[in-house]
Amino acid sequence: MNLHTLTALELRSRLDCGSVKPQDILTDLRSRYEAVEKKVMAFARPPSFEYRDTAVAGGALKGIPVVIKDNICSQGDRTECCSRILEGFVAPYDATVVDKLKKSGASIMGKANMDEFAFGSSCETSCFHPTKNPWDLDCVPGGSSGGSCACVAADEAIAALGSDTGGSIRQPASLCGVVGMKPTYGRVSRYGLVAFASSLDQIGPITKDVRDNALVLGVIAGHDDHDATSVDTSVPDYLSQMQKDIRGMRVAIPKEYFVEGMDPEVRHAMMEAKAKLESLGARFGEVSLPHTGYAVAVYYIIATAEASSNLARFDGVQYGARQMAASKDESALIGMYKETRDKGFGAEAKRRLILGTYVLSSGYYDAYYLRASRVRRLIKEDFDKVFREYDVVLTPTSPTPAFKIGEKMDDPLSMYLSDIYTISVNLAGVPAISVPCGLTRSGLPIGMQVIGRPFGETDLYRVAFHYEQSTSWHKQKPKL
Amino acid sequence: MNYEPVIGLEVHVQLKTATKAFCGCANVFGTRENTNICPVCLGLPGSLPVLNEKALKAAMKVALALGCQVRSFTKFDRKNYYYPDLPKNFQISQYDMPFSEHGSLDICLEGGIRHIRIKRVHLEEDAGKLIHPEEGAESLVDYNRAGTPLLEIVSEPDMHSPDEAYAYLTDLKLILQYLDISDCDMEKGSLRCDANVSLRPAGTTGLGVKSELKNMNSFRAVRLALEYEIKRQEAELSDGRSVVQETRLWNEKKQMTLPMRSKEEAHDYRYFPEPDLPPFVISASEIEEAKQGLPELPKEKRSRFIASFGFSDKDAATLSATRALADFFEACLKLYDKPKKIAHWLIGPVSFQMNSRGQDIGGLRLTPASLIELIDLVEAGKISQLAAKEVLQEMLESGKPAGKIVEEKNLSQVSDAGSLSSVIEEVIAANKKSVDDFRAGKENAVMFLVGQVMRLSKGKANPKTAREMLIERLKS
Repeated sequence: MNLHTLTALELRSRLDCGSVKPQDILTDLRSRYEAVEKKVMAFARPPSFEYRDTAVAGGALKGIPVVIKDNICSQGDRTECCSRILEGFVAPYDATVVDKLKKSGASIMGKANMDEFAFGSSCETSCFHPTKNPWDLDCVPGGSSGGSCACVAADEAIAALGSDTGGSIRQPASLCGVVGMKPTYGRVSRYGLVAFASSLDQIGPITKDVRDNALVLGVIAGHDDHDATSVDTSVPDYLSQMQKDIRGMRVAIPKEYFVEGMDPEVRHAMMEAKAKLESLGARFGEVSLPHTGYAVAVYYIIATAEASSNLARFDGVQYGARQMAASKDESALIGMYKETRDKGFGAEAKRRLILGTYVLSSGYYDAYYLRASRVRRLIKEDFDKVFREYDVVLTPTSPTPAFKIGEKMDDPLSMYLSDIYTISVNLAGVPAISVPCGLTRSGLPIGMQVIGRPFGETDLYRVAFHYEQSTSWHKQKPKL
Repeated sequence: MNYEPVIGLEVHVQLKTATKAFCGCANVFGTRENTNICPVCLGLPGSLPVLNEKALKAAMKVALALGCQVRSFTKFDRKNYYYPDLPKNFQISQYDMPFSEHGSLDICLEGGIRHIRIKRVHLEEDAGKLIHPEEGAESLVDYNRAGTPLLEIVSEPDMHSPDEAYAYLTDLKLILQYLDISDCDMEKGSLRCDANVSLRPAGTTGLGVKSELKNMNSFRAVRLALEYEIKRQEAELSDGRSVVQETRLWNEKKQMTLPMRSKEEAHDYRYFPEPDLPPFVISASEIEEAKQGLPELPKEKRSRFIASFGFSDKDAATLSATRALADFFEACLKLYDKPKKIAHWLIGPVSFQMNSRGQDIGGLRLTPASLIELIDLVEAGKISQLAAKEVLQEMLESGKPAGKIVEEKNLSQVSDAGSLSSVIEEVIAANKKSVDDFRAGKENAVMFLVGQVMRLSKGKANPKTAREMLIERLKS
C-alpha cells in the first residue's frame, strides 16, 4: 500500500469504510520516512509513528496524522523553534490549533524543521540542519515553513501546519509544489504559536491539494478566547462552498508584481494560469498596488521590532539553555543574559533582533517604526481599493523557483527579496493561498498566489480548487 | 536663598479583581511560591494576554472618582526592559494613550483646600518578585504576583511640602478604599508610592532638577524621605553645587535617601503598541454606567453628614474616615433615627474600643443592631452611661447582646428614690467637705457627690435622679 501518497480526504474514505486503520497510515509513513528522510531532512527531530487515539468519535480528521511546525506548542513535546536557545523546552500546554486538531481526531505526528524562530526563507537557519527541496536536493525548500512543506511534498506527511509572517507558508509551498494557505489575520488562533511578529503571524495548512487544505483550515479556524486578536466570525464550510464555479469572478493582476526582469519561467507559468482561469470564466483586469515597493522595508521594520520584544523572554531565566556569565567582571545576571543570548541565537536571529531593537530606540522610533506603521496602512488601503472592484488578486508566489542551498546565505537582502510577493499580504492582514501552477524546465515547482479580501478564504479556495481540477500540477511528485 | 519644594507622586495600586489582568489565574496574595501561575503570566513561548474586563472596570472607577477624562479609544503598549522578575522582559502598560487623564484631587490642609492635578491614570501588569535567600549564591523568582492588575496614578508636580504629599496620599487611599478596588496595604505592596522632588527659588515657577525617591514602605516614610531629600537638596544648592537627576532609595534604617547604585539606568524602554491586544473603544454608555456605579465618595459623604445632621467638620471627618465606619453609621441610622446619638457613640466609646484593640469597625464583634440595642437601653433610662460602657466592653468580649449582659451583671439602672436614699445618706456622711462647699454656694460640688453615688451604686444609679435627690436633701 502507498498510503503515504494519498490525501487526507482519500484516507478518510478508506478509514470510514474500515479498509485502513489509523496505525496503518503511520506504519506506512514510517517506511516512507525511513526511505527518504535522510535526503530531505524535513523534520526537526524524529516523529512518532505510534497511533495515539484521541478518543474522538467522528471528527473531520479522525485518524489522520498531521505534522506541525516546531514553533507550535504541543503538550509534552519539545517545541524548540529550531533554536539552540530553546533547547530542551517542552511545552506544558497545547496551542489552540493543536487542541482543535486533536479534537477533530487528528494525531500529532511530529515537528517539522524551520528557519530559527521563522527568521528566514530557506530553512537554512535551523539550528539542527537545513532541509532539502524534495524536487532537487541541492536546492532549498524555501522557508521558514520549509520542513512542513518538504515533508508534505516528499509524502512523508499527509498534511502539515506552518506559520506565515511574511510568506513563510506560501513561499516554501510554492518552492515545494504543495498547497499553502495564509489565512486572514485573526482567522486562526495564534495561542501557542511562538510569536515572531504578533501583528503579522498566522498559522495555516500545508497540504497536497486544495480540498485537504480547505478541510484542515475548517478544523483550525475560529475565534479563541485565548487570543484577543482572533476574530469572532463564523467559519464557512469551505469544502462545500468552494464547489461553486468561478464564472464571472473578477481577478486583478497588479502591474507592480509583473515587472521587467522577472523570471521568464515564472512569468510564463503565470500567463498560462491566467489563460486557464479565463477559460473557466474568470474576468481579468490590471490594477495598481502603488505602495508595493515599500513593503519589504516596512516589513523588516515592523516584523523585527515586534520580534525584538517577543524574543526578549529567551534569557535563560525560566527555560531553555542557560549559559552562565563568561567573565567575572560583570554582574552574574547581565553575564547570564549576554552569554545565553549570544550562544543561543544564530546569526540571522541576532541580525533581526538588533535591527528591531534599533528601530524602536528612542530617537529613531518616529523615523522607522511609526513611519513604517503609516505606510503599512497605505499598503492595506491599496488592497481595500482593489477589492472594491475585484474578488481576488493573482500574483506569482515567489519571484523565482527554488534556489541553491547556500546561494543566498551571505546576502541577506537578496534572501529578504524572495518574499517580495508575499509580504504585502501579511502587512494588509488579508488571506492568500499558493497553488502549484507549473514546473520549470529543470523540474522545479512554480506556485501562483491568489490573494483575497479579509475573510475571503472561500473565494481563494474556489479559484484554487477549480484551477486545480482543470490542471494536474498538484499530481506531480518529486522523484526521490 | 529660600527654596520651594516641588513634589509629584506616582502611586501604584494593585486592583483586587478575582483574576489577574491578562490571564485566568486567581489574583490572591500569600499563596505558596509559583503555585498561582499559568503559561500566560509566566510569559511562556506562544502564550497570549487577554484583557480582564473587570480590571478595566475597576480602573475606570478610580479614574472617574478622580475626575479624570476617560478616553474613548485607548490601547496597551509594551515597556521593554530586562529583569528576572519580568517573565516576558516587557511589561504590558500604557504609554502615550492612557485610558484616562486630567483629573484632580482636593486635599484639606490647615491652610485650606489645595487642588492637586492628576496627570494620568493607567492600567498595567505587576511583575513577579525576586527572593534572595540568605544562603546560596542564587536568587529565586516567585511569579505569583506577575500579571496582577496594577493601576498607576500620576500626579502633576503640584505639591509643595511633605505634609501636602502626606495629605494627598491619605485622601487618595481613602478614595480607593471607598471604591473597594484595592486592599491599599503598603506592607503587602498592594499600594506603592514613588516621589519626585525638586527645589526652585521661592516665588519662581520653573522646575529644578528632580530626584526620584523609591522604596518608601509607608506614608510616614514618604513624608520622612521627602523631608530628608528637601534638606539634602537645599544643602547642595546653598553650597553652590547642583542637584543630579537620579533615583534615590529611602533607607529606613539610616533614615536617609541614598543614590541607587550606579546604573545603566538611562533606560530606553522602547515603548510600542502591544500587538497582542487590539486597541479598544470605551463607549460613552460604559463610562456613564461606571459613573452611575460609583459609591458616594468621602468628600461628598462628609458634606452630606454636615448638611443633613448638623455634624461638626471634625465629627463628619471621623465618621467618614473609613467607608466601613460610614457604612456602619448609616446602617445604624436606618434602625434608629437619632444621628447625633449614634455619632456620639461611634466617635466616643466605639472608637475608643477600636483604638485600644487596634481593630477597625469590621473587626469588632458589633453590628448596627447590637449597638442600637445598647443605645436604646441607655436612652430608655434602663442603664447609665457608665454601665453602658461596661456593657459595650462585655459585648465585644463575649459577643452577647446588651440586654443579656445587663441582666446577667445586674446593671439595671436604679431610679426609684427608695433604693437610692440609703446610698445618698452614705455619700453625704462620707464627704463632709463637698457637702460644706455646696452649702457655701459652690453648686458644682454636687457633681462630685453624684459621682460618688454612681461609684457606690456600681453605676446603676440614675445620675439625674441622684442629682435631684442630693440637691433636695442638702437644701433641706
